[in-house]
Amino acid sequence: MKLPVQLVAGSVLFGAFLVVACLSLVWTPFPVTELDIAAKLQAPGNGHWLGTDHLGRDMTSMLMAGARTSIAVALVAVGIGIILGVPLGLAAAARRGSLLDEVIMRANDLIFAFPSLVIAILITAVFGPSAVNAILAIGIFNVPVFARVARGAALSIWQREFILAARVAGKGPALISAEHILPNIANLLVVQGTIQFSMGILAEAGLSYVGLGAQPPTPSWGRMLADAQTFFYSDPRLAILPGLCIVMTVLGLNLMGDGLRDLLDPRLRRAVR
Amino acid sequence: MISLEDVSLDIGGTPILRDVSFGIEAGQILGLVGESGSGKSMTALSVMRLLPLEAALSGRIMLDGRDLAMLSERQMCAVRGAEVGMIFQEPMTALNPVQTIGDQVAETLLVHGAASRSEAGKIARQRLTRVGLGPERFPLDRYPHELSGGQRQRVCIALAIALRPKLLIADEPTTALDVTTQAQILDLIVELVREEGMGCLFITHDLAVVAQMVDRVAVMRRGEIVEHGETRDVLRAMRHPYTRALLEASRHRPDRRMHAGGDTLLDVREAVRDYPLKRRRLFGPRPQVRAVDGVSFRLMRGESLGLVGESGCGKSTLTRAILGLEALQGGEIRLDGAPVSPDMPASLRRRMQVVFQDPYGSFNPRHRVSRLLAEPFHLTGRPADMEARIVEALESVGLDGEVRQRYPHEFSGGQRQRIAIARALVTRPELIVLDEAVSALDVSIRAQILDLLADLQARYGLTYLFISHDLTVVRAITDRVLVMRAGRIVEAGATEAVFAAPSHAYTKALLAAAPVLPASHAASAEPGGQPPGAPRDIF
Amino acid sequence: MVHYAVTRLISLTLSLVAASLVIFLVVEVIPGDPAAYMLGLNASPEAVDALRDALGLNGSLPERYLSWASGMLRGDFGTSYTYRVPVADLVAQRLWVSVPLAIYALTVSTLIALPVGMLAAARRGRAVDYGIIGATQLGIAVPNFWFAMLLVVLLAITWPVFPAGGFPGWDAGAWQAIKALTLPAVALALPQASILARVMRSALIETLGQDYIRTARAKGLSEGEALRNHGLRNAMIPVLTIIGLQFSFLLAGAIIIEKVFFLPGLGLLIFQGITQRDLVVVESVVMLLVFAVILVTFLVDLAYAAVDPRLRHGR
Repeated sequence: MKLPVQLVAGSVLFGAFLVVACLSLVWTPFPVTELDIAAKLQAPGNGHWLGTDHLGRDMTSMLMAGARTSIAVALVAVGIGIILGVPLGLAAAARRGSLLDEVIMRANDLIFAFPSLVIAILITAVFGPSAVNAILAIGIFNVPVFARVARGAALSIWQREFILAARVAGKGPALISAEHILPNIANLLVVQGTIQFSMGILAEAGLSYVGLGAQPPTPSWGRMLADAQTFFYSDPRLAILPGLCIVMTVLGLNLMGDGLRDLLDPRLRRAVR
Repeated sequence: MISLEDVSLDIGGTPILRDVSFGIEAGQILGLVGESGSGKSMTALSVMRLLPLEAALSGRIMLDGRDLAMLSERQMCAVRGAEVGMIFQEPMTALNPVQTIGDQVAETLLVHGAASRSEAGKIARQRLTRVGLGPERFPLDRYPHELSGGQRQRVCIALAIALRPKLLIADEPTTALDVTTQAQILDLIVELVREEGMGCLFITHDLAVVAQMVDRVAVMRRGEIVEHGETRDVLRAMRHPYTRALLEASRHRPDRRMHAGGDTLLDVREAVRDYPLKRRRLFGPRPQVRAVDGVSFRLMRGESLGLVGESGCGKSTLTRAILGLEALQGGEIRLDGAPVSPDMPASLRRRMQVVFQDPYGSFNPRHRVSRLLAEPFHLTGRPADMEARIVEALESVGLDGEVRQRYPHEFSGGQRQRIAIARALVTRPELIVLDEAVSALDVSIRAQILDLLADLQARYGLTYLFISHDLTVVRAITDRVLVMRAGRIVEAGATEAVFAAPSHAYTKALLAAAPVLPASHAASAEPGGQPPGAPRDIF
Repeated sequence: MVHYAVTRLISLTLSLVAASLVIFLVVEVIPGDPAAYMLGLNASPEAVDALRDALGLNGSLPERYLSWASGMLRGDFGTSYTYRVPVADLVAQRLWVSVPLAIYALTVSTLIALPVGMLAAARRGRAVDYGIIGATQLGIAVPNFWFAMLLVVLLAITWPVFPAGGFPGWDAGAWQAIKALTLPAVALALPQASILARVMRSALIETLGQDYIRTARAKGLSEGEALRNHGLRNAMIPVLTIIGLQFSFLLAGAIIIEKVFFLPGLGLLIFQGITQRDLVVVESVVMLLVFAVILVTFLVDLAYAAVDPRLRHGR
C-alpha cells in the first residue's frame, strides 16, 4: 500500500519531537532546573548547541523538556476527550431523539460556549495556576468535540442495514455500539484525535504563555516564549527557537491527520471537468 | 439529427465504451438499455462531454453537422442546455436546495443570453406550467424541498427543455420514482418529444419501460452495443443471445409449487404504528403521523405472501414492527401464537430473520463472512457445530464454504445477496422477511436470486413475507398479495386473482401504471424458453 | 422563519442561564468562602466578615445567584474588590478595545479566507492549490501570539510602520486607534484565516460532486459559473459554522494577544483579576465572554436560515 506523502512527512516530523520528548525523561545535555546566571544569554556553541537563556539554562535541554510538557499535556487532554466524549456521543446516537440525546447534546453546546482559555481562567482563579489546569481546560474542551464527531458518524452508521440485521439478531444498543459502530467510526476518531492533539499543543503554549499553564521550574515552550519577550529585541533566538518547535510539532501532527484521512477514507473523488 | 460514430471512451486506461454508433431523428426516442456498468450513462455523458478529467474520448458525435467531440469546452458550454438538454436519475438531489425553482429554470435562458431577466422569468413560468406545475400551486419562488420527487423531476425537465433543445437526454429519469409517478413522467417526456420535435436518448435498465415508450432500442453490454433496431423488432425477434437473456430474465418466474395451506404462522391484528413528528409550534403537542393504520392479515406456514405499495405507504414501518424492532401503538402481532414486541425472548426472535435490499449496506464491512454469518447465533448461543452450520448455510445458497474467510467487499452484488440469505438461514428460522430483497439487483442476477428463494422455500419449508414496490417480482414469487396504501391494506387476495382482476381502484391504477413487457412469441416457440400459459401478458 | 428565530432565542436564553449557573458554582461555591479566598490567609476575621457583607455573601445560594444574575441583567456587575469601582465601568472601558479587535480580526480573516479558499477550489489539483494548501497548513501551525511577536519585530521595530504595543484610546483619533489594533488583528486573523480557507476550499469541492452541480453543467454553465452560482451558497453552510466556532477562538486568542501588545482590553483585566484574586472581576468578565460566544452562535443560526430555505420554512 502506498502511504500518502503527508503522512510520512508528518510522522517523521512529529516522531522526531516525540523521540526527543521521551529522551528528555532520561537525558538532557544539561539539567533544566539548574540556573547559571554567569552563563546567561550565551550564543550557540561553547558546549551549548543552541546557547543559553536569560537565566543561563541550556536551550537545547529546555526545548527537549518543553516538548515533553507540550506533548504530555496535549496527549492527556485528547485522552480525556476520547474517554468521556466518545461514549457520550455513542450513547446519544444509540438513543437518537431521546431525552438522553437531548441532554448530552445540550451539555455539549454549553461546554462549547466556554473556550478552553476561559475554562483555564476559571480553574486558575479558584485553584491557582498549574500544568494540571491546562490539561483539564483543554481536556474538557475536547469532550464535546469528540462527542459530536462520534455522534454524527454513529448516526450515519445506525442508518445502515447491517445495524438492522444486528438488531434482528437480538443485539442491544450497547453491544451494537461496541461491535458495529465503534470499529466503523474509529478512522474518523483517529483523524480527529490528531487534529485535537495539534490544537492541544497550541492551546498549551498559549496557556503557558499567559501563565495559566505549566509553572516554573517546569520547562514549557509557551513559558519560554513569555520569558523571551523581554529579550526579544536583543536576542530574538530565545523566542524564535521555541516558536519553531511549536510550529513544527503542530505541522507534523496536522500533516499526519491529513495523510491519515487520505489513507483511511478511500472514497474516490469524482472530478467532473 | 444526432449520430454517434464509433465512439470509444477510456477512463484512466480502463476501456468504458467501444465503437458505439447510433443515430436519433427529430421527434424520435431511442432507448439505450443495459445492466449496471454497461456504459449507458457514460454514453450520455460523452455526448454532453461531462466526463471525468482523465477520460479519453474518440470517434465522432455529430449534431446537425457539427462534431461535438471536437468542440472546445467553451463551445460545449454553448451547446449544453441550448442544443442538448439532460435530466438525471435522482430528482431529490438534482436541484440546488437553496435556489428557487423559478430561478433554476430561468438560469438556462440567462446563461445562454437567450432572454432578459424578466423575460426569462416569464418563459420559466410557461415551461413550468407546460410540465404540469401550474402557477397556483407552484409559484416560481418555491424551493425544491417543498416539492415531491416527481414534481422535482418535472422541474428538471422544465429546465432541460427551457431552450427547446434538439436533443433531450434522459438518464434513468424514473428509476427513483414510484410506479404511478413514473408513468406520468414517461407520458410527459413522450408528449414533449412529439410536440417539440426533439430527439430523445432515453437510458434505462428496464426493458418494460423501453417496450412501452421508445421507438428504437439499442441494447448495451460491457461498453458495446450488441443489438440495435426498431423496438418491436428487437423485442420480438431477440436475435442477439444477450437481448434474449435480458428479456427472459426480466419476465423470469421461478419454478415454484403453489402453497397448499397450513396453520397460521404470523398473525397481525389491527396493527397501529404512530410516529411523532417535529413540533410545529413551540409548546404545542408533537404531531403524530399514523404510518400503519389498523393492518390485519395472516401468514400461513409455508406460504409466500407479498406486500406491495409505493414509497411512504407504511410497509417499511410495518416490517420493523413485525421483526419486533419497534413497538406497536395498537393491535398485536403474534408469531405462532406468541406476542412479538421489541422485548420478546430470543427463542422467539430466532424464528424469523430478514434479508434487506442493499447488498452493499447490509454487512459490517470490517467483518469476515464467517463472523457475519455467526451474528444470528447471538439469539441461540453458539452451537458446537457452528462452523459446520455456517458452511452448510453458504452451500445452501450456492456459495463455496471457503468464502467465509473473505470480506464482503470482495463479492459482487448478487453474491452478497446470497450471503445475506445465508445469514438469514443460519439459525434455521421459519419466517423470512424479504424487504425489497431483489430490488437493487440487475435483472439477470434477480432471476437467479428468485430461483434460489423458490428452491430454498421448497427445501426447508420456509414461509416468506415478500415486501416490494416491484409488481412483476411480487407476482413471480408469491401466493397471496396485500396491497398497501397510506398505512392501510386496500386489497388482499390470491396473487394471480388480484393481478388478473384487481378490485380496488388503487390496485387498478398501480397495475395500469406499471410498464409492460409484451408477450414474447419467439420465446414461447423456443425450446427451453418460458412455458406459455401463465397470463403474464395481461398487463 | 419567526418560529425558527424564536426557538433559537429560547435556546440562547437557556444557554445563558445554564452558563451563568456554571460560572456561579465554580467561582462562588467551589472556593468555599470567596471572601476568605480573596483576602488570603493572613486576613483578620473582621476583614473577612466585612468583605462578605460587602459582596452580599451572607444570603442563601439561590438568593445570591438571583441577585447576581438580576444585577447583571440591569448592568450591575458588582464592585471590584481591588479597584473599588463598579466592574461595569471597568468592563465598559475595556470593551472598547476587545470588541473592535475581535471584529477587526474576524473581518480580516474572512476577507482573506473566502477568496483564497475559492481560488484553491477553482484551481484544485494545480500549483496554486498546492501552494495555498501548503501555506494554510503552515498558517494553522503558527501560534498567534508568537506570530504577533514576529510581526512586532518586523513591522514595529525593523520597519516602524505600526506601534509595537499600547493603545492610544479612541480619543486620539480613529486612525491612531486602528493603527494600534492592526498588528494584533492581523496576528489573530492569519491562523484563523488558514483554517477558514481550508474549510471554504473543501466545502466548495464537496459541492462540486453534488448532483445539482451536474444539472447546472448540463444547462450550459461553465465550471466556474456553476461553482459561483450554485456551489458557493451551499458551501456557505459549513463555512458559517466554522466562522461561528472561530469567534470563540478569536475571543480567547484576543485575550492572549492583548498581553503581547499590552492592550488594555478584557484580557489584561481578567489576568489582573486572577493575580489579585478579584473574583468579582473574573466572574463578570468570564460571563461576558461566554455571553459573547452564545450570542454569536445565535447570530450564526440566523445566518443559516438566511442561506438555507429549508430552515426558514417551519421545520
